[in-house]
Amino acid sequence: MSDKKPISSVNDFVVRFANVNGSGSASANEMFARAILRHGVPVSPRNIFPSNIQGLPTWYEVRVTEDGHLGARGGVDMMVAMNPQTWDKDVAGIEPGGYLFYDSTKPMPSTKFRDDITVIGVPLTAITNSTYTDPRQRQLFKNIIYLGSLSALLDMDPKLIEQLIGEQYKGKEKLLSSNVHALHLGRDWALQNLKCPLGLRIKKSDKVGDRIFIEGNSAAALGAVYGGATVCAWYPITPSSSVAEAFTAHCKKYRHDPETGKAKYAIVQGEDELASIGIVIGASWNGARAFTATSGPGISLMTEFIGLSYFAEIPAVIMNIQRAGPSTGMPTRTQQCDIIACAYASHGDTKHVLLFPEDPAEAFEFAAAAFDLAERLQTTIFLMLDLDIGMNHRLCRPLKWDDSKQYDRGKVMTAEMLEEGRDFGRYLDVDGDGIPYRTYPGTHPTKGSYFTRGTSRDRYARYSEEGSVYADNMQRLVRKFETAQDLVPRPLQANAERPTKYGVIYFGSTSPAMDEAIGLLEARGHQLDRLRIRAFPFHSSVASFLAEHDFVYVVEQNRDSQLRQLIVNENGIDPVRLVPIVHYDGTPITARYIAKAIGDHQDHLKVTPLRKAVS
Amino acid sequence: MTYIAKPKFHHPGLKKNELGYTHRDYEGKISTLCAGCGHDSITASIIEACYELSIEPHRVAKISGIGCSSKTPDYFLGNSHGFNSVHGRMPSVLTGANLANRDLIYLGVSGDGDSASIGFGQFAHSIRRGVNMTYIVENNGVYGLTKGQFSATADRGSKSKKGVTNTDNAIDLVAIALQLGATFVARSFSGDKSQLVPLIAAAIGHKGASFIDVISPCIAFNNHAGSTKSFDYVREHNDAVNRLDVLVGRDPIAVDYAPGTVQVVEQHDGSKIALRKIDADYDPHDRLGAQTFLARHAAKGQIVTGLLYVDPDAEDLHSHLNTVETPLNTLEADTLCPGSATLDKFNASLR
Repeated sequence: MSDKKPISSVNDFVVRFANVNGSGSASANEMFARAILRHGVPVSPRNIFPSNIQGLPTWYEVRVTEDGHLGARGGVDMMVAMNPQTWDKDVAGIEPGGYLFYDSTKPMPSTKFRDDITVIGVPLTAITNSTYTDPRQRQLFKNIIYLGSLSALLDMDPKLIEQLIGEQYKGKEKLLSSNVHALHLGRDWALQNLKCPLGLRIKKSDKVGDRIFIEGNSAAALGAVYGGATVCAWYPITPSSSVAEAFTAHCKKYRHDPETGKAKYAIVQGEDELASIGIVIGASWNGARAFTATSGPGISLMTEFIGLSYFAEIPAVIMNIQRAGPSTGMPTRTQQCDIIACAYASHGDTKHVLLFPEDPAEAFEFAAAAFDLAERLQTTIFLMLDLDIGMNHRLCRPLKWDDSKQYDRGKVMTAEMLEEGRDFGRYLDVDGDGIPYRTYPGTHPTKGSYFTRGTSRDRYARYSEEGSVYADNMQRLVRKFETAQDLVPRPLQANAERPTKYGVIYFGSTSPAMDEAIGLLEARGHQLDRLRIRAFPFHSSVASFLAEHDFVYVVEQNRDSQLRQLIVNENGIDPVRLVPIVHYDGTPITARYIAKAIGDHQDHLKVTPLRKAVS
Repeated sequence: MTYIAKPKFHHPGLKKNELGYTHRDYEGKISTLCAGCGHDSITASIIEACYELSIEPHRVAKISGIGCSSKTPDYFLGNSHGFNSVHGRMPSVLTGANLANRDLIYLGVSGDGDSASIGFGQFAHSIRRGVNMTYIVENNGVYGLTKGQFSATADRGSKSKKGVTNTDNAIDLVAIALQLGATFVARSFSGDKSQLVPLIAAAIGHKGASFIDVISPCIAFNNHAGSTKSFDYVREHNDAVNRLDVLVGRDPIAVDYAPGTVQVVEQHDGSKIALRKIDADYDPHDRLGAQTFLARHAAKGQIVTGLLYVDPDAEDLHSHLNTVETPLNTLEADTLCPGSATLDKFNASLR
């Protein structure tokens, strides 16, 4: 052992599990994260998994964070190395002074370890083999046994883990008791043979509060249930498939007629993304609230229909759970890389509404709101999640719903209104907001029918290739997009304690890392005002924020600083004043990364930190 | 896509159907297709069938893709909503529309380019799913709107107007529809209104995926010697298996025909189809038999027309999905939203 002292930390460290996928480790690892939450200590777990079902390396990282920093931290304080394939890399990744937990059944050469870390060997295979004979049981219980050992090493309350096991296997007594038994096998071995606890410890706290622990995809799907979606068409694609799967599960629970048992929804797994968006467009044209969930490659396929939705003015909701592109890219890695692709999707002049939720709670709210917006604006609304929010459990405020809320079905002309003699022009701007009235098919025997088409037409939906008629319509669509600015969620601004010339813009899953980075930057003496953008088109407050600051950093998770491009393009501002801070290796952005990038830039600008200036 | 307004006046003595509508109430705008186009004859047959069935015109949703055929929904049922969508994507748009409101009648109009090439997948999958629709392909074997390229239904060895011989194998949409489980499969010829009108009427009455392939010669690009979709060729090679009448709310007139040659099929909606068999052995309830029959005649260069297969007890996508009887597009927050109390419980389960 070198001079490096073992890391000592209570409720603030990172544990990473290295496993082989398909080995049943996921549920044990998740239980570890949940158990810490039950101690009242916030955690932020992340799955790092391959595009594969069995046999490839997979990692599960749990950031234990009493301070509630839910972004990825970077670095590993304790590695639970259960995968020989990745051993060398896993051991190398441990912070100096960190801990290595491994299965010591087979002796390992000393060259396989490091002398600046604490090595903890538990003979997991030996324990399982002496207890179980069935190979499947051996595999599964090995995971629970290491969970038991960790509980002793990290000073966790075993009662809380038993409680979780009890909830998971409620009604399955045999499984319940055998899991509890396995837990204690591991725990007892550690208590008898190792020095417990380590420098890393879990201590009961009260920092979780009433927060819930949920995946963004599940929350977005529930938002669709609450938002009144009745038609869902989708095609399986990582990382979005669990949106449709969760929607199916939620609907089974909440959307069956109690008397007849019939479904108040229709879910179709399309043959591809083209069919999925086609079904959504057809259903929305016919007055149902419909959505699809997809990821980058699906967006590429859907673009022709998205153009139709824009031009023929048909509502649609597309949930884009972004992953690293281009092409197939890194299907199981996160990015915010479809901003431009979605904002301007399809040929010709188009612009689309984008919503950027920061976490599952906002994913729920924005998903529900997307259906109101789609019907109000009669166009496509993109809900821009990413893998980091979508497929990881995130601690967030409880979901909320106002029971007095009615759906905004937008401007729909009814049979009664037509009977009254109201002038119906499908593309007629009667209110000056660019939004025309529509009718549902089958409304009235002689009034209100029209022919929907992707070709140019006049205000009364009559085919026309007259230049002036075409331009008139395109101008109205611009007006409609301006109307959207005030309907979409507004940016949220948080100012530094002292007035500053510097600002930072960020959005979506960058949020927790950004919040944490602000603290790190302040510690370095850098003051920054923050603006979290929550939607496109940009509200006028974005322009004001830009005007109020000399330099604005735009932090995002893609190579080409796409949001920055969009801001420059839409606000017509000098690009030099917008400094790109990009992170795009497929891992979630960290506070350390942001703080270093912005801090270095600030230093480069030769800014005198305020702390020095006043001292 | 018409520039000429159609006059609305009509003869006061014009015959009315059960609902009091005249023929004119089922018409649309003036066609801008070439004079003599087979597609216009199909339009006329659709109008006739809807009139005969006394359908309320506005209760039909007519959906198409892109191409000459897909323009035609503008030329019939002027009081219906129409949707000229995206090339090859009519089936998905129609599927979505149907899911939103199961109470309307869905008429999908497509062409051979739209359904056999760019939209072959969507054609196949909408049939597989059993969407309750009448899917009509106006099949001329050629891309008319882009001036005469072969389509995927053009027969191998047939010649284009420019003299090029097609070397690719043809797709027979009827054979595919049978294979994919369509529960109503027919073929007809645009020039044979007496066969086509009752086929369309029967297809509309059918609850499930109805498919009709209508050979419709393109007089501009595919009506020459060497074409296998020309008026002359189809007339010479047409082999009808049956003739039918659709009887709605009337007594079957089957007694008019000699026993053994007429078969009455009662459909889900109560309508009856009286099949006058031409080929005495032909059984329209035998999917496998229909496939064999079709293949045997195709090998002889014969175009089989008539009702090839029908399953009168078919189920549709809504039955498979067990959806409520009320159209989904009429449901509001009171029935769709589980509310805050449920959400509180949901939150509690995630702690």
